[in-house]
Amino acid sequence: MADKILKELTLKVWRQKDAKSKGAFETYKIHNISTGTSFLEMLDILNEQLVSENKEPVAFDHDCREGICGTCSLFIDGRAHGPDDDVTTCQLHMRRFEDGATITIEPWRSGAFPVIKDLIVDRQAYEKILQAGGYVSVNTGGVPDGNAIPISNDNAEEAMDAAACIGCGACAATCKNSSAMLFVAAKVSQLALLPQGKIEAARRAKAMVAKMDELGFGNCTNTGACEMECPKSISIQHIARLNREFLKAKLKD
Amino acid sequence: MSNFLSSSIGKKVIMSLSGLFLILFLCVHLSVNLLLLFGEEAFNAGCEFMELPFIKVIEPVLALGFIIHIIWASILTIQNQKARPQKYALRNQSKNCTWPSRNMYILGALVLAFLALHICNFWYYFKFSEVSSQYELVSKTLMQPVYAVIYIIAAILLGLHISHGFWSAFQSIGFSNDIWRKRLEYVAYFFAIVFAVGFSILPIYFLIFGK
Repeated sequence: MADKILKELTLKVWRQKDAKSKGAFETYKIHNISTGTSFLEMLDILNEQLVSENKEPVAFDHDCREGICGTCSLFIDGRAHGPDDDVTTCQLHMRRFEDGATITIEPWRSGAFPVIKDLIVDRQAYEKILQAGGYVSVNTGGVPDGNAIPISNDNAEEAMDAAACIGCGACAATCKNSSAMLFVAAKVSQLALLPQGKIEAARRAKAMVAKMDELGFGNCTNTGACEMECPKSISIQHIARLNREFLKAKLKD
Repeated sequence: MSNFLSSSIGKKVIMSLSGLFLILFLCVHLSVNLLLLFGEEAFNAGCEFMELPFIKVIEPVLALGFIIHIIWASILTIQNQKARPQKYALRNQSKNCTWPSRNMYILGALVLAFLALHICNFWYYFKFSEVSSQYELVSKTLMQPVYAVIYIIAAILLGLHISHGFWSAFQSIGFSNDIWRKRLEYVAYFFAIVFAVGFSILPIYFLIFGK
């Protein structure tokens, strides 16, 4: 069955020349988009149209286009990664939009994620938080034999759920406080649940929270918006664990 | 513990503990208030109980609880506002979180405004003037439709504040997981309804039966 065709769409896109310039919305019309087109392909089509008109194409982040790299972002119609739940922008398809719709596209907005150009933001803040402690630095030896290190199924599953975080930034982008707690919680949780990561759990929780605060992210108010917009549906129960880990670490000081 | 209080999680813990303490106070407050339904003698006896020395000792602690909760809420809100210098042109937050959870500071501020009125209405008189019957003062005030409506609205706002605040307090101190989150949310709604209904029953009662 052939895909339906959206005859006309109006796109309100944030355009900003560089980090220092003041940006503004530009409105573009785009025609005959198949509902099977992905959102990013639709932007590719828009860019081809812009190039043929001798205009500057819209800059946006993308890489794997299959929802695992965490490069794509975009705040679409007031929601991070668009109106679908549990998907990244690259997995969003035009069948979610009606013919004649106006679609508003903004970059992530957060003091810690400054806009570089158009829809691209600088997400190095997340990397800086990871560098503060999101790793295991003790010697854990080679690959262990299966079942040599006993780990309960519950812990393995929860650690895996947390490890699904792709660091896309949707949590901080969607949070009304621009808090990065879900990201930090996922990283702290993933490692604190496993024996190799437990050794440095206290130091990690303190260092990563300190870095997060230093970079100017807001404070978590437990609205739960982050877990709703997280393309990997990471639960805020990991934030509760981060709070526990942090409190435990601080009480020992 | 050096920089615990200045960290984001530390500040949240302060909000959490002071909030839970204030909920404890609300439980006592509501219990005494409900004595109004049992007549003049019962309520006046309740007020006399509240004059006992050990309750007097707690009063400044309670005031401190309020002050801490308000100051820290303001610090956190200012920081959170600063964390996003450029706002979104279009936001669709109703899709991902509840209205009270997004508006805790506004709800809190409205409850605080009510608290100021409430102190002028009763606490000030109880404290600084000779009131022969506390029951009479309360019933006379709540019989006036304007006050009755204000008190009912305040009770509902307080309920909304607690519907998020209660479970959020436990989340902030790390006492939550996938199982307990649902339980705590139910208890939060229970407390929210108890406070909203409990505190509104009284103005409704005096509106209908007050003479």
